[in-house]
Amino acid sequence: MRYFKPGTAAEAAVALAAEAGVTRILAGGTDVLVQLKAGMVEPDLIVDIKGIDGLRSIVAEAGGFRIGAAVSGAELGAHAGVKALWPGVVEGAELIGSTQVQGRASMAGNLCNGSPAADSVPGLVAAGAVARIAGPQGSRDLPVEDVPVGPGKIALTKGEFITSIFLPSRPERSGDCYLRFIPRTEMDIAVAAAAVSLTLDSAGKVTAARVAIGAVAPTVRLVPEAAAAIIGTALDDATLATLAAAVSAACAPITDKRGTIEFRTHVAGVLAKRAAVIAFARAGGRK
Amino acid sequence: MKNIHVATTVNGDAVEFVCAPEDSLLDVLRGKLGLTGAKEGCGTGDCGACSVTLDGRLVCACLVLGVEAEGAEIGTVEGMAQADALHPLQQAFIDHAALQCGICTPGILVAAKALLDHNPDPTDTELRYWLAGNLCRCTGYDKIIAAVQDAAKVMRAA
Repeated sequence: MRYFKPGTAAEAAVALAAEAGVTRILAGGTDVLVQLKAGMVEPDLIVDIKGIDGLRSIVAEAGGFRIGAAVSGAELGAHAGVKALWPGVVEGAELIGSTQVQGRASMAGNLCNGSPAADSVPGLVAAGAVARIAGPQGSRDLPVEDVPVGPGKIALTKGEFITSIFLPSRPERSGDCYLRFIPRTEMDIAVAAAAVSLTLDSAGKVTAARVAIGAVAPTVRLVPEAAAAIIGTALDDATLATLAAAVSAACAPITDKRGTIEFRTHVAGVLAKRAAVIAFARAGGRK
Repeated sequence: MKNIHVATTVNGDAVEFVCAPEDSLLDVLRGKLGLTGAKEGCGTGDCGACSVTLDGRLVCACLVLGVEAEGAEIGTVEGMAQADALHPLQQAFIDHAALQCGICTPGILVAAKALLDHNPDPTDTELRYWLAGNLCRCTGYDKIIAAVQDAAKVMRAA
């Protein structure tokens, strides 16, 4: 195994593209080092992207924030600006692992690991976040919901890696929230999860919304039908029931030791309702 | 496989070592630098027995490559006592018998210090969540919480 820590994204992309063998990107390493240890992967080349400009910084841009691909959960959680603008995104990222894991783990790494249960991804999808991808042909932008394509599989091609995630600006009276179900209080993987981002008008009605679900399909999913169910409403009980039904209808989970299909399908709907109510309150809505 | 020369700082001392690219920081600390305070419990970032600080952030040394220590500042349990004077956390763990087998103790000391350094007066709940990644199979945690709170009191009075 060779270790390479380039100073630019172009050098990294060239090295990754030129390597005939197995490559891994190292940001926080909380997935990669576990895979190395378990012998799940034997990379020929590890590219540590933390030396690339901007990969470890959070920068205000166009009313939103550009978050470097190697920014840790702890660094994100300490950023008052991002927390104030996108609290649901930050709370999702902060649910990943322990304090120690938070010291290293990044949202971009969480996204690229491709887990359907990745805690930071539903919040990013609900936020309409966009991944900036560097590659041998230069850089491109891809909505976060289009990055995962299956369990452990992502839409990036050889030589490509994420350099940053952009969280857009948002109108006044907006709020978001991420909730997951785990059978304990900490240090676990989501059995079902939902994120809701919404904007209200001055009368307290929802004018725009995005709903995403986690751990209940082969990938994190955006659920436009669920968003449509709450737009134009003030989240009355009948609306919330419709939202839950739309979310459950979008679920395609598996049964495993951590939850059954029926349980996950039901709980995802319940979590979406609760997340919508919290996002509504954060947007200044009153019921 | 090509060995790599790394220059870093451990507990304030400049340190150099040569390691293989796949060696973890924990391998390096224990095997090359003789700092055996950090323990390998799981080797996969679940147990916290290898907790150290990397540029001031609490991390699992088993989830960091040794080569990533280049230019960084590492803090381990060996840096907590000042000469013969134990750190208040170390003294409190003895006073409260907050350990039995002791394998988890160095990691918990480092983790608790990292919390108290930026939050000198945590609630029990904050403390328990902060230490959720430090597993202890002996004590049942209550004595650990009592010891950290006692040390926090001592440190606030100092």
